[in-house]
Amino acid sequence: MSDAPRHEALIDVLGAELTPVRRLPPPWLRTLGWLSMVAVIAVVMFMHFGASTMVHRWNAAPDLGWAAFGGAITAITAALAAFALAVPGRSIRWAWVPVPSALLWIGASGMGCLRAHIPGMPVLDLHGANDCFIFIISFSIPLSGLLIWLLRRACPLHPVLTAVIVGLASASASASLLEICHNFDAAATDLLMHAVAVAIVVALNAIMGGKLLSRA
Amino acid sequence: MLPSLTFSTLTFSGPCVLLRQPLRRATGNHKAVPIESTSTSEQADQQRAAWMAAAQAGDQRAYARLLTDSVGLIRAVARRQGVAMDALDDVVQETLLTVHRVRHTFDPSRSYDAWLSAIASRRAIDILRSQGRRDRREVHDEFALDSHPERDDASAGAEREQEARRLREAIETLPPGQREAVEQLGLKERSLAEAADVTGRNTGALKVNLHRALKSLRDRLHGGS
Repeated sequence: MSDAPRHEALIDVLGAELTPVRRLPPPWLRTLGWLSMVAVIAVVMFMHFGASTMVHRWNAAPDLGWAAFGGAITAITAALAAFALAVPGRSIRWAWVPVPSALLWIGASGMGCLRAHIPGMPVLDLHGANDCFIFIISFSIPLSGLLIWLLRRACPLHPVLTAVIVGLASASASASLLEICHNFDAAATDLLMHAVAVAIVVALNAIMGGKLLSRA
Repeated sequence: MLPSLTFSTLTFSGPCVLLRQPLRRATGNHKAVPIESTSTSEQADQQRAAWMAAAQAGDQRAYARLLTDSVGLIRAVARRQGVAMDALDDVVQETLLTVHRVRHTFDPSRSYDAWLSAIASRRAIDILRSQGRRDRREVHDEFALDSHPERDDASAGAEREQEARRLREAIETLPPGQREAVEQLGLKERSLAEAADVTGRNTGALKVNLHRALKSLRDRLHGGS
């Protein structure tokens, strides 16, 4: 049975509480906001490291260039998908948007291990691979935190899925930033460290980010 | 199934012919809708979107009309999700509270029905899950139930006293305004006008305080048990 008086009472209360609100900007604009933070970090890194090593690496091994391109596009599309999923009424299919670029990123990175090494460029040892691991984790944490903080202003109705995509966005953005100072040829240990770091970032987001977003 | 499509077969308002209308309108942007699909249901959706746009700017009258209009939509979504009749009103209440909290996320260029449907769907699932958890905690053993001795009156009385004490303690911890509203309207059963006279607050503030107090008490007593 309908409990109309109870609803009317609540509607009265909510009406009495009503204050004007600032409308949430569209997902693409909010994505640009987050990406601008990534871009600032990238500019600082370019100023410090320059682009010559990165360009040399890509020229010598185009698959690494494709991997970096896939990573950067994944960061953009995953951030856009997360912001779209945080708005009620948007299709859950947005979750598929970063998948093609993520496949390109992972696939091209894997291919790097199969071809001949770049002449004159060192192959990463385990110590260097650890640095990559620390780099990806330490950049992903603030980038994830910022993204979750921004998303909490919206209403993510699928908090865990959104948090997984947040993890993908921040991990791929961190891996793309790593490209700027990654003066090594691809190797199985390096790729493994990248994969572990990305998996940890996504898993942490799914566990912690999901909880934070479900309370939003 | 997309959450935004769940309004496809709603029967909450308008003539039956509306049910034959295409679903595209509910999926999002108005620009994508062909002219021939413009119907009364779409006009109603647009009207609701306009009310919400006005509510976002602070128009209380538009907001009250919108929320009243939304109750039927929410109930329809909850029914489609499989929520039992006795829990439909809980879904309505929770959805209205969520709508109020996240009203800034609505984009007036898109469908209000799709936006509301997604929220109502989610709240319906939450209610179903909480019912599922409660059912799992409960014991269904007829033999044990029959053979278990009835508690004596003394222990039942003690339990009631304990519950009353918990409630009194919870009320004590409420902020002063909310405590005052519970005492005047709930415990002393005064009318709004009488309570307003006694406390010197207006009736709107008393209602808001009472509602917030009940929500905090519910969270505290049910959440802690």
